[in-house]
Amino acid sequence: MSSVAQKSGFGATLWDWLTTVDHKKIGILYLLGGLFFFVLGGIEAMIIRLQLITPNNDLVSAGLFNDLITMHGTTMIFLAAMPILFGFMNAIMPLQIGARDVAFPFINSLGFWMFAFGGLFLNISWLFGEVPDAGWTSYASLSLHSPGHGVDFYAIGLQIAGGGTLMAGINFLVTIINMRAPGMTYMRMPLFTWTTFVASAMILFAFPPLTVGLFFLTFDRMFSGNFFDHTMGGNTIIWEHIFWIFGHPEVYILILPAFGIFSEVFSVFARKRLFGYTAMVFATVLIGFLGFMVWAHHMFTVGLGPTANAIFAVATMAIAVPTGVKIFNWLLTIWGGSIKVTTPMLYALGFIPSFVMGGVTGVMQGAAPLDYQLHDSYFIVAHFHYVIVGGVVLAIFAGLHYWWPKMFGTMLNEFLGKITFVFFFIGFHLTFLIQHWLGFWGMPRRVWTFMDGQGWNLANFISTIGALLMAIGFTVMVINIIMTTVKNERVGNDPWGDGRTLEWAIPSPPPFYNFPATPLIRGLDTLWVEKMEGSKEMITPAEPITDIHMPHGSIIPMLMSLGLFIAGFGAMFHQETSWGLGVLIFGLAFTFVTMATRSVKDDLGYYVTKEQILQDQENLKRGRN
Amino acid sequence: MDLNTKFTPETWPAHPERATLEAKNKFVGFWLFLGGETILFATLFATYMALKNKGPSGFGFTTQELYTLPLVFVMTMLLLTSSLTSVYAMYHLKSFNFKKMQLWLGLTALLGLGFLMLEVYEFSHYVQEGFTFSNSAFSSAFYTLVGTHGFHVAIGLVWVTLLIFRNSKRGLNLYNATKYYTFSLYWHFIDVVWVFIFTVVYLMGVVG
Repeated sequence: MSSVAQKSGFGATLWDWLTTVDHKKIGILYLLGGLFFFVLGGIEAMIIRLQLITPNNDLVSAGLFNDLITMHGTTMIFLAAMPILFGFMNAIMPLQIGARDVAFPFINSLGFWMFAFGGLFLNISWLFGEVPDAGWTSYASLSLHSPGHGVDFYAIGLQIAGGGTLMAGINFLVTIINMRAPGMTYMRMPLFTWTTFVASAMILFAFPPLTVGLFFLTFDRMFSGNFFDHTMGGNTIIWEHIFWIFGHPEVYILILPAFGIFSEVFSVFARKRLFGYTAMVFATVLIGFLGFMVWAHHMFTVGLGPTANAIFAVATMAIAVPTGVKIFNWLLTIWGGSIKVTTPMLYALGFIPSFVMGGVTGVMQGAAPLDYQLHDSYFIVAHFHYVIVGGVVLAIFAGLHYWWPKMFGTMLNEFLGKITFVFFFIGFHLTFLIQHWLGFWGMPRRVWTFMDGQGWNLANFISTIGALLMAIGFTVMVINIIMTTVKNERVGNDPWGDGRTLEWAIPSPPPFYNFPATPLIRGLDTLWVEKMEGSKEMITPAEPITDIHMPHGSIIPMLMSLGLFIAGFGAMFHQETSWGLGVLIFGLAFTFVTMATRSVKDDLGYYVTKEQILQDQENLKRGRN
Repeated sequence: MDLNTKFTPETWPAHPERATLEAKNKFVGFWLFLGGETILFATLFATYMALKNKGPSGFGFTTQELYTLPLVFVMTMLLLTSSLTSVYAMYHLKSFNFKKMQLWLGLTALLGLGFLMLEVYEFSHYVQEGFTFSNSAFSSAFYTLVGTHGFHVAIGLVWVTLLIFRNSKRGLNLYNATKYYTFSLYWHFIDVVWVFIFTVVYLMGVVG
């Protein structure tokens, strides 16, 4: 296949997206998939809030309410926040380190398709009318007794999606270890690359416990295992340990890339080098390390004893130290900078106070005695929405505006972007600030409705109004995206004008081979170094332009994931149907055959010749002027 | 990468498994993957230790009565020896002796197969005694831990068989050298896990 000449037509385009192994396209796929599930999870959140707008409301039934809270949490964490961040990592991280692709383009594609089919599997439960309803934590004593196939969808769907995540993590790690351009030492890597690195390392060690835990749940529910059933000698606390050994690192896997995005945004729009770069790097690594030491703070009330509780309380509070280092470094980056308040910068400025509030309530819960009061109350709901929405979601929105031109070659509208921010930011605080007090006033989380006369009416009403404002803000953003896509005004390499890192030195969107010649990295903020020296080309090449080796696209990743998707249904129905076991075996065999095909069929890639690259570069230049 | 480059023992690189960028990526990626696998098995071990000997009221099975060390000792010897033969294979990979490498890998596969068959015998023996997967928390944890290891052995056997037959006609090159090498890493990893299973499950079960 000649690479520069593109085939056209809908079928060819579709085939191209199904088989692509290009990290930039897979990044876009992750982004679109994640945004789709973000909308789904958002609709679920809106119904939850509408149900709670007045006391004794019966907009939805109690059972449906349980479905909604479970699917809202699961969808937002696994299918929205992580994939959108993976989208940024895929699209941007290789550009930041001067690589032509990730280390394993094929596995990259496989990771995406497993996420897509896993997410689909989980959400098909709505069509079956049997939806996971044991909470996103799916504590075993509850999930074992959930009737129907709801929790089965949870166990198998997350298993498939989680496998994809693990692959993506290993892929990013190897990319950063092996494929940095000459001169890109570890201590010159942009903060977003650093946080991708640490988050990927955390994925590597946090996801295997989830895999095992989900297998236990699957065995107990579908294959008559007895891990969690105490009447058979099992132990329900094992699930809680395994889930949180995964679950706590998971929230850092989400927040670290968010920190990375804000670090980029602050330094670009304050037009200053990131203050305390070295301290930032070490704080990131330290947070990644401590993230594995604190899981039992989710289990203070289980009764592990005062010694265990004390150790985990101290470890939890220790995390505030490196996080505080980061907050102060961001503040000092802004201080004395020549600040441009763009949409990404607005989100970054809004992030600092919001996230600090979430962090402080986290330390409050870290104090084990106080946690006995706060546990399972709305205070907890308020806390984790302050860190996840006030941290991760604000970062995702900042990243969307910041990198949209690099990924799609056109700028989101700044005016609409700021409107989005105002609605979303006010709505966010309106929704969740009052929930701290709701918790103090005794309202438990995960309740379907509440009685009149407990003093909770007004606070719940305010909270729901806030949620509506967030929905309006997000709708404006969707309108913004549609308008921008329709207008499609092309932008140059560095549309913000103050880009410091390597991705802003190449066209938007970059050519499929990224860099005609591997760049030479001459310092931290390498593009800024070139700008200060007045370089004309903005990139110092490390080598002459030569033929570039590229991987072939492949449909196998999609088929492999499809096999697991089919096998999932077999596992789920094998107890009550005659065809279940056959479908399970067929699905797994299908996946194994595709794997073996991949293994025995040589895929050596192809070469883009020097002439084609030079021609392509010429066209790009002409297009720009 | 060009498959047609013909090597001789003299021109063959000292580290053929990581001589190209693609190979280096696979090499590092596979080590990281094994790191994740370690955590996976650690979780299984922890669960097994928590649920050991636990069952419904009146549960009769204990590790002392169930396990027979002589059988497990033979299995251990087979698997440890197969790790040794894979080391010989890697020696011949580095010295560019394709035929001998294939031979030693074939032997590795046979020893692995022997191990697996003894494990199948062991499991079927337990099942006949009434120690089934669904019989108790202990049995679920035992079969999941040891079975996951056995499943890894089976995967390794399929993998090495595919490698041996796929490459039998074309000899060594820098493309398949990494594949052979990562297989041997995997095989050693399985071996190390078995050493822990032998100690934690069987020895500590019978003696401890």
